[in-house]
Amino acid sequence: MTTVKSNAVGWRGVDLLQLGLGGLTVASMAVAMWLSLAYAPAASNLAGDEQLAQRIFYVHMGCNIGALAGFVLSVVASSVYLVRRELDWDRVSQAAIEAGLLCGIGTILTGMFWAKPTWNTYWTWDPRLTTSTITVLVYLAYLLFRNGIDDRSVRARFGSIYAIVAFLSVPLTFYSARLFRSIHPVVYGAENADAQGDFRVGETMTQVLSWNLVAFCILFSALVVLRWRQLRNEDALAELREEVGS
Amino acid sequence: MAEQRAEQRAEQRAAEGLAAHPATMRAGGGGSAYFAKVGAIFAKDMRAEVRGREVFSTMTSFSVLAVLIFGLAFDLRVPRSEMIAPGVLWVVVLFAGVLGLNRSFGAEVDRGTLSALLLAPVDRSAIYFGKVLANLFFTLATTLVILAVMFFIFDVNLFHPYNLLAVLLGGIGYVGVGTLFAALTANNRARESMLPILLLPVMVPVFVAGVGLTAAIVDGKNFAELSQWFNLLAVFDAIFVVVAFLLFDLIWEDA
Repeated sequence: MTTVKSNAVGWRGVDLLQLGLGGLTVASMAVAMWLSLAYAPAASNLAGDEQLAQRIFYVHMGCNIGALAGFVLSVVASSVYLVRRELDWDRVSQAAIEAGLLCGIGTILTGMFWAKPTWNTYWTWDPRLTTSTITVLVYLAYLLFRNGIDDRSVRARFGSIYAIVAFLSVPLTFYSARLFRSIHPVVYGAENADAQGDFRVGETMTQVLSWNLVAFCILFSALVVLRWRQLRNEDALAELREEVGS
Repeated sequence: MAEQRAEQRAEQRAAEGLAAHPATMRAGGGGSAYFAKVGAIFAKDMRAEVRGREVFSTMTSFSVLAVLIFGLAFDLRVPRSEMIAPGVLWVVVLFAGVLGLNRSFGAEVDRGTLSALLLAPVDRSAIYFGKVLANLFFTLATTLVILAVMFFIFDVNLFHPYNLLAVLLGGIGYVGVGTLFAALTANNRARESMLPILLLPVMVPVFVAGVGLTAAIVDGKNFAELSQWFNLLAVFDAIFVVVAFLLFDLIWEDA
């Protein structure tokens, strides 16, 4: 088990990394908000509430990329943990899932508030909506599941096994939801079924979007590093407690 | 110092020699011996069920109750029972299945027989497949009861060969993942409530495909329209039975 190696007071590499990431996050997110709320041109084919709500798009996509990064990172870290058995990889996996969950819930909430003015409903059983919600539930279950296991290495191993199985089920969920809707007799408007297709994005909008995606990736990495260090300290603390107790 | 090291090495060699024997018993014997081991685990679960009568009876009585409650709840609101029959069938199958899966390893933990099961000189995957077979048997038997009750309560005949195939394929995928998760949650602090929370979101593809299939069969669609659902179920089964087989070895590696 790797514990915190040095107790030296002062600036260590990880501290500097975290400080840098944190500063970068604040700066890039501030710029991102200004870009998407003020700088980006209003959607020319929309009007009123719909036009205003379209600005959610930038945050929506940003959250989405964060969730994707989190879940991909978690399955990679879990697989590496099962091969190498270093608890740090399990901590990375947990940190990635927690940050990914935040972003995933953000995606669903922003999507719902955007859908109300645009589609006139908070919710439809669109494959993307179905899949993102089920995915969030799957990873919430991961956190609950870990909570119920006392032994640290068993928690890491079982969590990694579940993270791999859960990740594999996501594409099948998306595929089944799409199949279900395509032959389902209740069909919404044609423009709804292909909502992403006729959503054209101009040049400035693309710039704003790319900036947002990068900014949210930085935010995500800052959260993961922060949480990873927290989990490290938690484990180190638990170990010390055990030493004192015995 | 050198003596100590030599002693250690001798101990290590002795340990390896001891370990070698169970290993050959575990993996040796080829295919037919392996299937005999799987069959022995399955037979053990069947014998425990015949003597204890705690899994199948719980599953069926829950299923009958659930179908009746659904029938009562939807009776006045739904004009034709064919509209809800597919959803009711698969919801009840999934929920009843959780009851059986919980007992699959939960009963071993409660009776203290889990370590005896793990000490058996068989490969861990044989335990997995034996348990899968037993759980599949309970799930399919319960489904037959559900179909019979639905025939009377909803007046829908779901004993269509394609629907039975759908139940079989869906059951394999369900039990394949469910047995893995049942083993993962057997020692969890919140075992009984944890399994459905873990299992049901992962089971969404099976559930959606099952409902889609049964609905299409009730609507009288031909096989060409059903085949994409069957493909989805077959892909799910293949992926997850293999993944569960690979990961099952890791669960009790320190036991």
